[in-house]
Amino acid sequence: MTATSDYDSGVKSTRPVAQSDRIFGSLTLAAAVVVLLVLLGVFASLVMGAWPAFKEYGLPFLWTAKWNPVTDKFGALAPLYGTVVTSIIAMVIAVPVGLGIAIFLTETCPRVLRRPLGIAIELLAGIPSIIYGIWGLFVFAPFMQSYIQPFLIDTLGHVPVIGTLFAGPPYGIGMLTAGLILAMMILPFIASLARDIFQTVPPMLRESAYGMGMTRWEVNRHIVIPHVRTALVGGIMLSLGRALGETMAVTFVIGNAHRISGSILAPGTTISAAIANEFTEATTPIYTSSLIALGLVLFILTFIVLAAAQWMLKRMKQKSGA
Amino acid sequence: MASMTRRKTINAVMMTLSTGAAALGLFVLAVILLYLLYKGASALNLSVFTQDTPSPMEPGGLRNAILGSVIMSAIAVAIGTPIGILAGTYMAEYGRYAKLSKVIRFVNDILLSAPSIIVGLFVYQVLVVSLGHFSALAGSVALAILVIPIVVRTTEDMLRLVPDQLREAGLAMGWPRWIVIRTVAYKAAMAGIVTGVLLAIARISGETAPLLFTALSNNFFSLDLTQPMASLPITIFQFALSPYDNWQALAWAGALLITVAVLALAIVARLVTSKKEKH
Repeated sequence: MTATSDYDSGVKSTRPVAQSDRIFGSLTLAAAVVVLLVLLGVFASLVMGAWPAFKEYGLPFLWTAKWNPVTDKFGALAPLYGTVVTSIIAMVIAVPVGLGIAIFLTETCPRVLRRPLGIAIELLAGIPSIIYGIWGLFVFAPFMQSYIQPFLIDTLGHVPVIGTLFAGPPYGIGMLTAGLILAMMILPFIASLARDIFQTVPPMLRESAYGMGMTRWEVNRHIVIPHVRTALVGGIMLSLGRALGETMAVTFVIGNAHRISGSILAPGTTISAAIANEFTEATTPIYTSSLIALGLVLFILTFIVLAAAQWMLKRMKQKSGA
Repeated sequence: MASMTRRKTINAVMMTLSTGAAALGLFVLAVILLYLLYKGASALNLSVFTQDTPSPMEPGGLRNAILGSVIMSAIAVAIGTPIGILAGTYMAEYGRYAKLSKVIRFVNDILLSAPSIIVGLFVYQVLVVSLGHFSALAGSVALAILVIPIVVRTTEDMLRLVPDQLREAGLAMGWPRWIVIRTVAYKAAMAGIVTGVLLAIARISGETAPLLFTALSNNFFSLDLTQPMASLPITIFQFALSPYDNWQALAWAGALLITVAVLALAIVARLVTSKKEKH
C-alpha cells in the first residue's frame, strides 16, 4: 500500500518529519506489545503463584478430591468436576434453544419484529453476570427448591441408572441450578452469535434450496447449518469458554461445597466460585497458592477452548472470502 | 425421499420448536428483567445516592459504591483506551502485514473472552502482593486489562474499513503517515472507536470478579486510590448474600442501577454507529 514511505522501507532519514513518524510508529508497536505482554504476564504470574502448590502436591493435585484448609490438603478435582458439570448442563440447554432462537430470527420471525428482537437479544447479551446471580439466589433457587427439584426427585429420581443424577434432598442451590443460570446467561450470547453466523449464508443458496421445493426446516438442516458448521462450532466453543470461566452467575447458587456428588441436585463448587469465595479468606500461603493453581488450570482450560474457537471462526472467514 | 406429508410434519414440528425456543428464551429473560425492575425500583430512593453503605439494619445508601465504580471505571478507561487505540493502530496501519499483528490478534481475542477472575488473580499477584495491600488502583488496572482487548478489536476493525485511497491521498500531499493516520484514518473511524470505548465501559461497569481481590471493598467513603475502594458490583455481592433485609434491598437497587447503566451505554453506542451509517 504505502511501501514507499520512510517507515516501511527502513531508510534512515534525517528529516524531522520522518523522525516523528518513527516515534509514533514505535509508540503503536509498544502498545501492541503490551497486549502480548499482558497475556504472557497472566500466564507467568499464575505459574509463579501456583508453583508452591504444585511443588507440594505434584501433578496429583489435579485429580485429588480433598480440599481441607484445616489440614492444608488441597486438590483440584471437586472444583474441576463442578466446572465441567455446570458447563455441560448450560451448553446442553443453551445451544439448542439458542440455535432455535437464531433460526426463528432468520426464518419464521415476522420482518417487522426481526430488527427489534435481534437488538433486544444483543442488548441482553451485555447484561452483567451478577444480575443473573442475584436473581438466581433470590428467585430461581427457591423456585427450584419448591417446584422443579421435588418433581425431578419424584419422577426421574426413581428411574434406574439416571436416578442417581437426581438423588438427595431438594436444596434449591446446587449444580443443576447453577447450570441453568449459566444457560440463561449465555443464551442471548449464543443466539446473537448464531444469528450473525446464519446471516453470512448467501441468499442465493437459500433461494435455490427453496426453489427445489425444500421446506424451511430442510433448508436450515441441510443447507444453512452445513454451510456454516465450522463457524457455528467455533461460536459454541466461544460460549463454552464463557461458561467455564463464569464466576458471579455461579457463585451465588452453587452452594460452595468441595465435594463430588453423583447427583446434579447436590451443592458443589466450580473453579471460579472457589477462588471468588475463598481467596480473601485463605490464611496460609499454600492455601492461596492452591487457589492460584486452580486459576492456572482454568486459564489453560479456557485458553485451549478459546484458541480452538478462534481457529474455527477464522476458517469460516477465509472460506467466505471476507 | 420421505413422503410430502412427513416432510411437512417434520417442518411444522421443528419450526414450532424454534419459535417456542425464542418465546421461552425471551420469556425467561423478560422475567429476570421485570423482577429486577420491580425489586430495584421499590428499593430505590434519594438516599441511595446521598448516603454511604450502612451497617446492618440501619438506613443508608450506595453513594460510596457508586462513586467508587465511577472512579475506577474512569481510570480503567483512561489507561486502557490509549493503549488499545495505539495497539489497534499498529495492527491496522504500521504492522498491517507484519506477522506480529497476527499473533497479537490471536492473543487479543483470547484476552477478550478470558475469564475475568483470572485477570483479578494476575493483578493481585502483580500489584497487591508487591504493594502489600488492596487498592483502588489495582482494581482500576484489572478493569483496564478488560478494556484494552475491546478497544483494540474495534479500533483495528474500524481502521481497516477506511479506504486506502483516503490514506494515499493524504500521503500524496506529502504528509507523514502519523499525520495521515491522525487526521484522516482516525477521523473516518471515529464513530466506531467511540462505540468500542462505550461498549468497554458497559462491560467493566458490571464486572465483579476482577475487583474481588484487587480493590476489595470499603464500607466508608474514600477517594484514596492507594486504599481499598467500594464498588457497586462487590457491594451487591456482599449485601445480597447477607441475611439483612436492608442490605438485600440495597443490593437490588444497585443491580438495577448497573443494568440501567449498561443498557443505556449499549444503546448510546448503537446510536453513535447508526448515525454514522446514515451519512
